Amino acid sequence: MKVSLFATCLVDLFQSSVGKATVELLEKLGCEIDFPESQICCGQPSYNSGFVKESKEAMKRMIDTFADADYVVSPSGSCVYMFHEYPYIFKNDPIWEQRAKALAEKTYELTQFIVDVLKVEDVGARFEGSVTYHTSCHMTRLLGVKKAPMILLNNVKGLSITELPYKEQCCGFGGTFSVKMAQISEQMVDEKVSHIEETKADYLIGADAGCLMNIGGRMERKGKPIKVLHIAEVLNSR
Amino acid sequence: MPMKIGSDEFKNRVDKGINDSFMRSAVASAQDGIGQRRQAAADELGNWEEWRSHGEEIRQHVLAHLDYYLEQLSENVAKRGGHVFFAQTKEEATEYIREIVQKKQAKKIVKSKSMVTEEIHLNAVLENEGCKVVETDLGEYILQVDDHEPPSHIIAPALHKNKEQVQEVFTKKLGYTKSSKPEELAWHARKMLREEYLSADIGMTGCNFAVAETGSICLVTNEGNADLVTALPKTLITVMGMERIVPTFEEMEVLVSLLTRSAVGQKLTSYITVFTGPRAVMEVDGPEDFHLVILDNGRSNILGGEFQSILQCIRCAACVNACPVYRHVGGHSYGSIYSGPIGAVLSPLLGGYDDYKELPYASTLCGACTEVCPVKIPLHQLLHKHREVMVEKEGKAPITEKLAMKAFGFGAASPALYKIGSKIAPTAMNPFTVGDKISSGPGPLKAWTEIREFPAPNKERFRDWFKNRAKEEHV
Repeated sequence: MKVSLFATCLVDLFQSSVGKATVELLEKLGCEIDFPESQICCGQPSYNSGFVKESKEAMKRMIDTFADADYVVSPSGSCVYMFHEYPYIFKNDPIWEQRAKALAEKTYELTQFIVDVLKVEDVGARFEGSVTYHTSCHMTRLLGVKKAPMILLNNVKGLSITELPYKEQCCGFGGTFSVKMAQISEQMVDEKVSHIEETKADYLIGADAGCLMNIGGRMERKGKPIKVLHIAEVLNSR
Repeated sequence: MPMKIGSDEFKNRVDKGINDSFMRSAVASAQDGIGQRRQAAADELGNWEEWRSHGEEIRQHVLAHLDYYLEQLSENVAKRGGHVFFAQTKEEATEYIREIVQKKQAKKIVKSKSMVTEEIHLNAVLENEGCKVVETDLGEYILQVDDHEPPSHIIAPALHKNKEQVQEVFTKKLGYTKSSKPEELAWHARKMLREEYLSADIGMTGCNFAVAETGSICLVTNEGNADLVTALPKTLITVMGMERIVPTFEEMEVLVSLLTRSAVGQKLTSYITVFTGPRAVMEVDGPEDFHLVILDNGRSNILGGEFQSILQCIRCAACVNACPVYRHVGGHSYGSIYSGPIGAVLSPLLGGYDDYKELPYASTLCGACTEVCPVKIPLHQLLHKHREVMVEKEGKAPITEKLAMKAFGFGAASPALYKIGSKIAPTAMNPFTVGDKISSGPGPLKAWTEIREFPAPNKERFRDWFKNRAKEEHV
């Protein structure tokens, strides 16, 4: 199966290990990966700040970039959700609405793609450690991917999972919210960190680089020994 | 602006909220308790999503035919001997009510809880007339006794206070001598309020739903105070937002279910009060004179526009109770009587962007509000829509942000620019990088790194790794 990887700008620039793990994992599952070079960013940071006109140019570029892809897969629920919002954003645009719809329909979050399209529930991973999982808001609530990551994690050998209390509560990232409303964001991420600590897990796992950068960055600053991993890295370990 | 509470800057209000540990623990435990009960009450129905869709459909239908239903409602109220007054502005509403008060030479008014009368600042107008206005909803009563503190929540106005704080207020202001047990506190308030009902000249209520077909008003309470307010005084005045209409009792039943389950996690509240016009010939109680004030105050400007769906709101506050931002800053931080996600959407619409420009940004767009809304208002999308309007139509974004976002938009649409920018990023960030992280960043990174570490840009971008790997495979 041919898969076009939508790596996301955060992964490209800051978390290349997540991109590598995604590629290796999908290849192990028999996919042929291609990375269209002209991809940059889904436009979410400027879109969410209200700069819709500016963002549309970035969005059009993404629609062009993946026009010929069979499947578009990304290790970020939030960025995939953004693709799924494109039809709403380009509503009533005679050219771009249809093209946006076509892109949204073939774009999947990584775990969703593995479970729903590849129909694989056990990727054959082994990872020794006690973990807890952060359910990112955009992925869970807005994209509606709730079960897939848990199905896959539950089949990882050696893993012991403790459910995160208040798991559906936002970590306080919210893109530019984290700097615009820093004082509120700090309270939110601190509450999240305290719930993570309650689980006594050694690792925090998540499926969105943004949330993980926020929570991980705060835990590191506070000297917490809990390590942060993207779900692709866990599913790719043997 | 009448909805506005206090004159503090947004940042100071938030600081005050964040530093109020009593308020925060009261809000967190209320959110947790109500949230769980709401979920259980929704799950119990087995087809909550169908109920939500049905609720949405009813509200959208009413808004699409609002002129028709307003006419039907007012005709039916008039048929039953009631008076209807359409107030386009808050001043028109308060003036009409003031005239009634004057004509009746009223000295005392008992009120059941009403956000719309808060919106038009009615109490202050009436007190100016020399009237004693008594709030009979326990939460509102507590705030009124506590030197007219503004509400911090649309259905639980004193949510930010714990029982010890209520005890303190009662002791100081009402000569209360007993414990902080809720039962004893409530008993004391009940005793005080009974006297007020019996001696009041006018009763005043808000309106949960007005039934167009019959001209009836429905009030949903847990304390029974609305029964006494509507049954005892000789004159009754109801104030409603113009959108709070249902066609018939059939739709009312659906919306009341959605409201009580979403607001407090109950199948029904203890009291669902429905009254129609003044006392009829064979009836034993009720007012001799009934006035219905239908308030526009900016609502018709929302109709037909991008924000119309906010008028679907049935004021259940489920969005407030689910909001992670409200959880930490509390209701007063919003600077409006309407707080939480509904307040952050509604306040700028009714009160303008000048006073409420920060509110749409006080959200991570996590969607918790949209998920729980019983009438499917896309709250997070409306918050975003405000940002768009402020940036693109009102030009309210700070110039530095404007430049940054323009650059971002340009860069994100131009591979050549991105290539250069991302290639030089590790070098550019070198002075700030220690090991693999940035602990004190420049520009927009400053606010981030004040509380968190930021990862240093990868020396090898993912895309370079991918390219090199493909090359190696081909060698």
